[in-house]
Amino acid sequence: MIDDLIERMLKGDKKATARLITLVENDEEKAREIVKKIYKYTGKAYIIGITGPPGSGKSTLLDKLIKQARNEGLIVGVIAIDPTSPFTGGALLGDRIRMQRHSTDPGVFIRSMATRGSLGGLAKATNDAIKVLDAYGCDIIFVETVGVGQIEVDIVKTADTVVLVTVPGLGDDIQAIKAGLMEIADIFVINKADKEGADATFFELNLMLDLEKEKWERRGWRPPIVETVAVTMKGIKDLWEAIKRHRKFLEESGEIDKKKKFRAEEEVKTIVSDSVARKISEKLKDKELSKLIDKIVKREMDPYSAAEVVLEETLGVKI
Amino acid sequence: MVERSKVRVLIAKPGLDGHDRGAKVIARALRDAGFEVIYTGIRQTPEQIVESVIQEDVDVLGISILSGAHMVLIPKILRLLEEKGLKPNEDVLVIAGGIIPPDDAQELEKMGVAKVFGPGSPINEIINFIDENLPKLKKFRGS
Repeated sequence: MIDDLIERMLKGDKKATARLITLVENDEEKAREIVKKIYKYTGKAYIIGITGPPGSGKSTLLDKLIKQARNEGLIVGVIAIDPTSPFTGGALLGDRIRMQRHSTDPGVFIRSMATRGSLGGLAKATNDAIKVLDAYGCDIIFVETVGVGQIEVDIVKTADTVVLVTVPGLGDDIQAIKAGLMEIADIFVINKADKEGADATFFELNLMLDLEKEKWERRGWRPPIVETVAVTMKGIKDLWEAIKRHRKFLEESGEIDKKKKFRAEEEVKTIVSDSVARKISEKLKDKELSKLIDKIVKREMDPYSAAEVVLEETLGVKI
Repeated sequence: MVERSKVRVLIAKPGLDGHDRGAKVIARALRDAGFEVIYTGIRQTPEQIVESVIQEDVDVLGISILSGAHMVLIPKILRLLEEKGLKPNEDVLVIAGGIIPPDDAQELEKMGVAKVFGPGSPINEIINFIDENLPKLKKFRGS
């Protein structure tokens, strides 16, 4: 079945492509098989991450960026992520609403995805879904993260260019120098720039960037700040040009190769630690675990020693 | 029963009416029941809806319509699905809701809508219907 789906996907069949994404999302064994079989067809797509707080206008900006890319004849893939409820396991995926005009464009493939428990701003299957869209033939793939706060920075392990969307009035200059999200942007966007406070936000971001002048000079890329009003198209062309400039910079400076290495390393590490965790939970019998837990509660054993027992009994590993 | 959190439902509003409170209530209720719900917003063409069904690989299509154009738009959606190789209630479960008179509802159910839910339908009835009918889809048979 999978071979047939892959064959159809490579011929440009959207239904087969969509089915393959479902399989990499739902079934670990099948994901493994699919990625092994399609990996040789991947590596051509350029990946652009769009991240920022909820309601900052990521989906609306994305809608306009799709248009820019289509004007240049590029085949576009979109993966738009929204949160899964930690209480019910359900999700309401609504990013697509802003991009529906592209639904019937044969050169655009939009897929909504739920986080299903992942906390880094992406879904666990995002990287595999990107590979499917890459093999399908997308020239560029936009990945829209969930609405993020300060530490959901997984997108940096996935995208070639990270666009961080902010809006006026979210906080003062202290927010701008905090660690985390603000450090991952290759391009800053101040969307809704017609609102009061846009100038102050621009000023504060600039000030923050100026603190690291030497770093930018060494690197050869200072993240530009683009002001946009997505609904009226203001600044969209500038943003698209900034993305293309960043791509050119990565390619000419050789940084793209470093990114690819970093990404491959992170991906293998994640797969290894996920597989180990799964193996352990498969092998660990509930009865044994509850015995250990009773001991910890009664203070007969400490949690570190219990973990050592678990590792030795399930994987035969001593730490 | 098919595990709800891996079931994808598209809630679609075809045509020109902008009254989407009902669609949002259903979308929210299905979310709370543990489904993955994709909402595509108001004023969708049948073509957009069918393309979304394909790209999102959904298991259930819920059509909400209050404009009175249901006998034009819903048959068109069913026809486009078939053209794209998606058989209603074999590949995707199609349900509908809104202001649809009983005679029309009967007609639509003959055409391939699995069930029409009128105003006042209890949410649980809709959820139960989905749970009961998902195993009949080709992809879930034997699960």
